[in-house]
Amino acid sequence: MSYIPGQPMTAVAQRIEIQKLRQGDHLILGFSIGGGIDQDPGQNPFSEDKTDKGIYVTRITPGGPADVAGLVMGDKILQVNGWDMTMVTHDQARKRLTKKKEDVVRLLVTRKSLEKAVKQSMSH
Amino acid sequence: MDNESQYSGYSYKSSHSRSSRKHRDRRDRHRSKSRDGSSRGDKSVTIQTPGEPLLDAESTRGDDRDDNWGETTTVVTGTSEHSISNEDLTRVSKELEETTPLECKRFIGPALGGCLSFFALVTPLAFLILPQVLWRDALEPCGTPCEGLYVSLAFKLLVLLISSWALFLRPSRATLPRFFVFRCLLMVLVFLFVASYWLFYGVRVLEPRERDYRGIVEYAASLVDALLFIQYLALVLLEVRHLQPAFCLKVVRSTDGASKFYNVGHLSIQRAAVWVLDRYYSDFSVYNPAVLNLPKSILSKKMTGFKVYSLDENTTNNSTGQSRAMIAAAARRRDNSHNEFYYEEAEMERRTRKRKARLVVAVEEAFTHIKRLHDDEVASSPKHPREVMDPREAAQAIFAPMARAMQKYLRTTRQQAFHSMESILTHLQFCITHNMTPKAFLERYLTPGPTMQYQQQNGRGRQWTLVSEEPVTSALRQGLIFSLRRLDFSLVVTVTPLPFLRLGEEFIDPKSHKFVMRLQSETSV
Repeated sequence: MSYIPGQPMTAVAQRIEIQKLRQGDHLILGFSIGGGIDQDPGQNPFSEDKTDKGIYVTRITPGGPADVAGLVMGDKILQVNGWDMTMVTHDQARKRLTKKKEDVVRLLVTRKSLEKAVKQSMSH
Repeated sequence: MDNESQYSGYSYKSSHSRSSRKHRDRRDRHRSKSRDGSSRGDKSVTIQTPGEPLLDAESTRGDDRDDNWGETTTVVTGTSEHSISNEDLTRVSKELEETTPLECKRFIGPALGGCLSFFALVTPLAFLILPQVLWRDALEPCGTPCEGLYVSLAFKLLVLLISSWALFLRPSRATLPRFFVFRCLLMVLVFLFVASYWLFYGVRVLEPRERDYRGIVEYAASLVDALLFIQYLALVLLEVRHLQPAFCLKVVRSTDGASKFYNVGHLSIQRAAVWVLDRYYSDFSVYNPAVLNLPKSILSKKMTGFKVYSLDENTTNNSTGQSRAMIAAAARRRDNSHNEFYYEEAEMERRTRKRKARLVVAVEEAFTHIKRLHDDEVASSPKHPREVMDPREAAQAIFAPMARAMQKYLRTTRQQAFHSMESILTHLQFCITHNMTPKAFLERYLTPGPTMQYQQQNGRGRQWTLVSEEPVTSALRQGLIFSLRRLDFSLVVTVTPLPFLRLGEEFIDPKSHKFVMRLQSETSV
């Protein structure tokens, strides 16, 4: 998952579709994000490469929409509804996830265990 | 611990029956004629006559060393050093132990220098006066230029006088064994100069009875100029050259590892040794032979090893085989002494802290008993008479309550040899006179001070021996090692040159200091 800016990147990704839940006036997804190109990448506990400025899932509300959809803490979000999330600021990421007009967000996430699972299945 | 206090204290009589024969002999040596007695086993303290050491019969010193350990060495005045090279050690060591009387050798140097300077200073005057005395009528008169030369001559002679006194005639504090090379060199130079000037004078002026007086005056002036330049050379060689640091000396005391680093300039080994000894007396804490690294209980256990007897007929390879067997056996045996050392040390520390706490409290309380009487206060009223005391009496009055705590503390820290009761009383009197707090009074006893603090000012000097493999007049250079030995310890000095420094430059624009916050925000969506 180490990423050289400007070069193509390959990763094993999983599609996750989350239905937003309406709570009063807000539509919530039930997880928290951290990271972004304007943040300090060294503080990220989930990234392998400490220069990775991507958006990571830092917390999941148990029982919330994200949990139900299969999102796991520590996932790196690559795309949200087709919008790229690997080179965005923290605020841009938040905006892309919390658009009031969208009920559903389709995420493309990647995590370390996906690579392992693919390798295992290929070796069988 | 506490049961010690039953037979400690100044009441010698109380411990009379309990002490062992060894202690009794030692005590008898210190007994004085007039002494207060006290009842047995009680905790009162009696003031003994001054001059008695602070220890009592039950002091826990390891060895029977005499209290005056420092001053029973050889009787030599000044700080004198004898240098011996390693191969002469055995031969010369006997002579070193003999006591020598006040040495006249100490004054030969200044005396010689004095004679030579006197000779050198009188010479120009002689050059001027002799023609006047011998053939005054034949001399050509000499006008204003001569007068100018007279004045400058007088001034230069004055400067020469003062600087020769400063450089050559002041009494030095150390006698060096080998010649002080630079000084000898300069004296020889001066002598050669003056002698050659006299030679020329005799041949060119006295013989043919030279009539040009101005030439003679100029000749004398040139001698004085040359002497001034030699004086300048002397100044640089003797006083200035060694000021710029070039070497780093590491001085380590052989008995307890106390070490210091000093920066010196270019010196010969003997001058560097004197320099180090100057610093030793005020920088190093005093050498206390009673403080060993390992307590005796552990040391004695380590000494007993296995004895290996071989019953072979063949005795050629015996020694190496035996020692190897002993070492192997010792290594195999389970060694728990580090454990005991650790606990012993912890115990010792706890004991010291407890005694120190008692001492501090006792001293603080003692100091509250007196206060200074100001002039305008009424000393005594008929209803409450208070006696007015001078510092000595005040010190004696408040010494009693703190004496036992002080003595026990000194015994625990093995310092009792350094402080006699008289010295403590004097120090207490000094502190009272100068309005010092109890903490200032205790400063002297809580930490072992530098050796200077414990020196008695007598005329006898300190005898040190300089041990070195190189001749002691050679200059310091890298990797040189020499040591300064006293009777029971030595200072080992290692020389390393100071590193060459390459100083670079980097300019920082004051406007270039900018900062941003490190963000690590987490938003929930």
